[in-house]
Amino acid sequence: MPKLEGIKKVLVIGSGPIVIGQAAEFDYAGTQACRSLKEEGLEVVLVNSNPATIMTDKDIADKVYIEPLTVDVLQKIIEVEKPDSLLPNMGGQAGLNLGMELAESGFLDSHGVKLLGTTAETIRNAEGRQEFKDMMERIGEPCAPSELVTNVEDGIAFAEKIGYPVVLRPAYTLGGSGGGIAHNREELIEIISNGLRLSRTSEVLVERCIAGWKEIEYEVMRDSNGTCITVCNMENLDPVGVHTGDSIVVAPSQTLSDKEYQMLRTSALKIIDELGITGGCNVQFALHPTSFEYIVIEVNPRVSRSSALASKATGYPIAKVSAKIALGYNLDEIPNAVTGKTYASFEPALDYCVVKIPRLPFDKFIKAKRTLTTQMKATGEVMSICTNFEGGLMKALRSLEQHVDCLVNDEYINMTDEEVVEQLAVVDDRRIFVVAEAIRRGVTYDKIHEITMIDEWFIDKIAILVEMEQKLKKADKLDKELLKEAKRLEFPDTVIARFTGKTEEEIRDMRYEWGITAAFKMVDTCAAEFASETPYYYSCFDSINEVEDNTKKKKIMVLGSGPIRIGQGIEFDYCSVHSVWALEEEGYETIIVNNNPETVSTDFDIANKLYFEPLTPEDVENIVRLEKPDGAVVQFGGQTAIKLTEALLKMGVKILGTSAENVDAAEDRELFDEILERCCIPRPSGKTVFTTEEALVAAKELGYPVLVRPSYVLGGQGMQIAVSDDDIKEYMAVINRYHQDHPILVDKYLMGKEVEVDAVCDGEDILIPGIMEHVERAGIHSGDSISVYPAQSITEKIQKVIVDYTRKLARSLHVIGLINIQFIVYQDEVFVIEVNPRSSRTVPYISKVTGIPIVDLASKVILGAKVSDFGYGTGLAKKSDYLAIKMPVFSFEKLRGAEISLGPEMKSTGECLGISKSFDEALYKAFLGAGVDLPKHKKMILTVKDSDKLEAVDIAKRFKKLGYEIFATRNTARVLNDHGVLAIPVNRINEEAPTLMDLLLEHQIDLVVDTPTYGDKLKDGFLIRRTAIETGVNCLTSLDTAAALLTSLENSDTEHLSVVDIATISKEMYGDMK
Amino acid sequence: MKAFLILEDGTVFEGTSIGAKKEIISEIVFNTSMTGYLEVLTDPSYAGQAVTMTYPLIGNYGICYQDMESKKGWPDGFIVRELSRMPSNFRSEDTVQHFLEENDIPGICGIDTRALTKILREKGTMNGMITTNEDYNLDEILPKLKAYIVTGVVKKVSCDKKEEYVPGDIGSKEGKADKNVAVIDVGTKKNIIRCLLNRGCNVTVYPCDFDAKEVIASKPDGIMITNGPGDPSECTDIIEQIKILSEAGIPIFAICLGHQLMALAHGAKTYKMKYGHRGANHPVKNLETGKVYISSQNHGYVVDADSIDASVAKPWFVNVNDKTVEGLTYMGKKVKTVQFHPEANAGPKDSELLFDEFMNMIGGNK
Repeated sequence: MPKLEGIKKVLVIGSGPIVIGQAAEFDYAGTQACRSLKEEGLEVVLVNSNPATIMTDKDIADKVYIEPLTVDVLQKIIEVEKPDSLLPNMGGQAGLNLGMELAESGFLDSHGVKLLGTTAETIRNAEGRQEFKDMMERIGEPCAPSELVTNVEDGIAFAEKIGYPVVLRPAYTLGGSGGGIAHNREELIEIISNGLRLSRTSEVLVERCIAGWKEIEYEVMRDSNGTCITVCNMENLDPVGVHTGDSIVVAPSQTLSDKEYQMLRTSALKIIDELGITGGCNVQFALHPTSFEYIVIEVNPRVSRSSALASKATGYPIAKVSAKIALGYNLDEIPNAVTGKTYASFEPALDYCVVKIPRLPFDKFIKAKRTLTTQMKATGEVMSICTNFEGGLMKALRSLEQHVDCLVNDEYINMTDEEVVEQLAVVDDRRIFVVAEAIRRGVTYDKIHEITMIDEWFIDKIAILVEMEQKLKKADKLDKELLKEAKRLEFPDTVIARFTGKTEEEIRDMRYEWGITAAFKMVDTCAAEFASETPYYYSCFDSINEVEDNTKKKKIMVLGSGPIRIGQGIEFDYCSVHSVWALEEEGYETIIVNNNPETVSTDFDIANKLYFEPLTPEDVENIVRLEKPDGAVVQFGGQTAIKLTEALLKMGVKILGTSAENVDAAEDRELFDEILERCCIPRPSGKTVFTTEEALVAAKELGYPVLVRPSYVLGGQGMQIAVSDDDIKEYMAVINRYHQDHPILVDKYLMGKEVEVDAVCDGEDILIPGIMEHVERAGIHSGDSISVYPAQSITEKIQKVIVDYTRKLARSLHVIGLINIQFIVYQDEVFVIEVNPRSSRTVPYISKVTGIPIVDLASKVILGAKVSDFGYGTGLAKKSDYLAIKMPVFSFEKLRGAEISLGPEMKSTGECLGISKSFDEALYKAFLGAGVDLPKHKKMILTVKDSDKLEAVDIAKRFKKLGYEIFATRNTARVLNDHGVLAIPVNRINEEAPTLMDLLLEHQIDLVVDTPTYGDKLKDGFLIRRTAIETGVNCLTSLDTAAALLTSLENSDTEHLSVVDIATISKEMYGDMK
Repeated sequence: MKAFLILEDGTVFEGTSIGAKKEIISEIVFNTSMTGYLEVLTDPSYAGQAVTMTYPLIGNYGICYQDMESKKGWPDGFIVRELSRMPSNFRSEDTVQHFLEENDIPGICGIDTRALTKILREKGTMNGMITTNEDYNLDEILPKLKAYIVTGVVKKVSCDKKEEYVPGDIGSKEGKADKNVAVIDVGTKKNIIRCLLNRGCNVTVYPCDFDAKEVIASKPDGIMITNGPGDPSECTDIIEQIKILSEAGIPIFAICLGHQLMALAHGAKTYKMKYGHRGANHPVKNLETGKVYISSQNHGYVVDADSIDASVAKPWFVNVNDKTVEGLTYMGKKVKTVQFHPEANAGPKDSELLFDEFMNMIGGNK
């Protein structure tokens, strides 16, 4: 029971959809916090609009509301549930802001709800720029000279007083959204105007630029008794100027002496003590590289991405301890769950080095600016643990799954020395490779440091790796000592083979012969000072193994999904974790392998054993040699895990569930066509090609438009709709940037209705929890489409066909476990467009809204259970009373220059849910959850491509009816006016003012509907869409989406939204079932 | 050059020789601090021991001479996983490699220090040898290791004769001194003296063979008994002198070895811990306020809580992890002692405020 009296029911706010700057780390923190609260016997009510999370599972909280995170909705839930307290600091900035608004409005007080943990005043002092600055001044801690401005003029005046460059930080935004460094007045005006618009309080901080200083972070904890500890400090390899979320980060700090380490530690503790924080807090410092001068950059009084990283880096569960502190416990009363012998009031001691590398989305947004700034752009990250920095870096690089396994990057090989030196000044995600190339060219450390400001210690470490490359290349004979040293530096066998002209097998055989094998060590929070039982391990070479195979149970290895990236997000972590739980329930010992520090799956108490390792064949093989698992499950970890299938089979590991041949059959065009033919299932006609020439021929035969994509990819990566030969040429060039092992597919593109199912299959029977229908017509990636359950416009007859096809395909592919199939319904006929014999993005969503836990079922099926055993029946499950709409959420505002128009390549970073018994309300809530809160000014811009113009008339009419004033480009306006819909024509951007751009910048526009021509090379549309996004205006690029938005606005009672506890759905549908 | 670490239990680690190329036998201990290797190397409390750093990357920021905690390096040996080949820090003047050579300290790197630490944790601190002799003979060496005893180390580390310091010395704050403190040097770290100087004290440092009467006669406002190496119960002469000091009515603050000696002077007992406390992350709880501080620690012996007469002294601080005695306050006397290091270096400065408390005890107000 909690120490504070009167706490029985706690409301926890989650962080909402995954966006850049606010991602899976909050699912990890929130899940840990909820479990920690339940451990104390409390009733937990959870609100989070993100259905893909583990925290929104009925196993994690007692009441689960997957509802839009707005003040109104939260008030409603508080009225219904009557919690006695609210825990606001687990849901990132979004959760914290909401908690603040509820507290400040007096709503919490009037409803008898206590704010747990850090108080509203503390949050204000830490987050309000001026309050923070005043407090720092009061306690004598240095801040950069700065001024909070509310208009551009004041910003210019202050910047010119302190001198350029200046850093601009909008108050209360996500991931530093809208911030940046301005080197002159023009840049200042651009960034500051944008920042003012994006800030919740229309405030931007203008501050002295400390770019190039060392960036150091401390994760600290404080309890209400005033005891303060440091969990971990971290040093950014990238100096100040790059957002810490986009930086390569190492823990603990490497280049700080004890004097500097303690100076900053003391400062961090002084700050949290003054703020009166109770719980976890992150303090960021800039440290002058050649003096003791330092500056406090910012304080985050809550769990954060850094706290997730620190938790994984040390084994110290920050979110869990924070939750306990919020309940009134002191640090010395909370046991350290890792050692079981010590308490949470001690500071972890590391005896290894941790390296984090961000996962940036430039493979998805090839046109976006790759420059890294103070505005975060990464969608995820990987972490690695090793006994040396070089090894940590090498392990982290290959964990990224970006076709990189060492520091050689082909892009720079052919550059001249001068170009390489020039390139050093470019701050983007490839800088580490440029530094390596510069070292290869003999550029001095001094020179590299002078340009990049990266500490020479790191440069020397990179040099050690480069020297090893050269030693391997030059070695006449690869001797034992050299191989041992290469492995100590974590050179994978593939790379050693490449440099020495041998095969990977030869290298591996040599290693085994010489006894050079990986050892596993424990992450124990205490540098081996105390015996710990925590099964959290990492590998290293040149060490003594300390992990024992000590179970009599059968062991199953679950392969995780690696870093969060567009197309492979948190939903696969949901699947991995549920699979682990289900397997444990069945009496198996579970082993999870993953490298993502943000996720629940890498929490040390999820699986029986956690290996924090890269997901490559060699790294997995090291674990397999030690653990000798009885089987491996690959179908829950997305493409990352699936890709390991062949390697696992070679190692002699049994793949549980659908066999590898059948996974291949679904991807292999010829095999798959055979199966379809056998089952008499049609699919759009298509061809397989390798070269651009072949693609052109294929397209001509099929007739445009055609869909072009590589096989074996996730999230439609590289998938495009081509309407002309030029498109084919462009897309093929993009796809062939990397060597393709598998053919490229060219298919006839059918513009029909897209329908999707997930099913559990035991080889014979299937269970489909529900049929989902996409709002947007085929051609927009399923992950970017609004998805509706149950399907609304599909006839009984078509549904039967879909169920029948699903059963046939599942049986023909001998699916044991999950299968995901996408169909197109075109002119009353059903075509199969894609089959994935594995878990999919929609699994968490469909599980929650139908009350059928399909990952658990699939896991049990994999172990031999039958679908008919579960009590949910077979075939298509009965329809739920609820309609649930999954809405994609994008992070376009974070990615300068990224094209926002939707197509077959996935672009969304997250999703949210709208659930209700009424379709219109569900739709309204889904839009609301995604941040579309309309109407405001009732003005919109409509500009559509020619083929959409007639359809746009109806859309425009409906907006008119809602009272909207419509501005349109001249052609669109003419069509509208011709059809009796009044639209005001506006000039294009390159024409005379006022233009569309001016209109946007007046901030009176609610909405832009702009449907781009496929292959649109005109800059106008692009600019309008980007400006809309960057000024915070909703922008839709499909008329289907616009029509859906209209439906939601026309029919919803936005004042009286219903709220749904999804934990009750399963009970309502199936009674009390296990 | 190859080097070997041979433990009393017969375990042999093979690594690379660093520092001086001589063979040593010593007590092998481990320290879990992630920074502050120079402070560790120059802490006189490590005399008679060879120190293993559990953090694997040592030497990253080189040697900043002004961070030395005494005039030289004291450990018999230095054991690390990896020494940085290129230090980087704006104050760095030297490398660890060179420092070890200059200070005639042999060492070994490239061994699995975690595996070594686990042995010491499981079996307790034990003796060991660092040698570069590849033809070592375990049958000859092991009996020698078992027989080895650390002794006479306090005398070795203490100053030879009285030393005087005023504010501004050894990098302390300039200023006027209004108090005089006598420091009994049983192996002091510079920062204990510096912490006193910073608070406006003139400091007279007495060697460990001091005469209590002479100290009392100089009428100091307060007395500080410092940290130091070795088995406290061996220091019988010093204990006798401390007994006299404690009867003089002069406020006394003692740290580490000083704390143990004060307890012994009051009839309590000390015992050797299995593997000691050495690191910068030990939580100690102030029993008066309930507040927990993270402390820097370095001790192999500890005061036996059961041996303390409740009418003589009561626990002031306790270790949160293993509940051992971390501080005592003496009944009816102005005597307070702590087992941990409020002067930090290396380690957190959370408990430096105890020096302020000492200033209050002696009527100073800094």
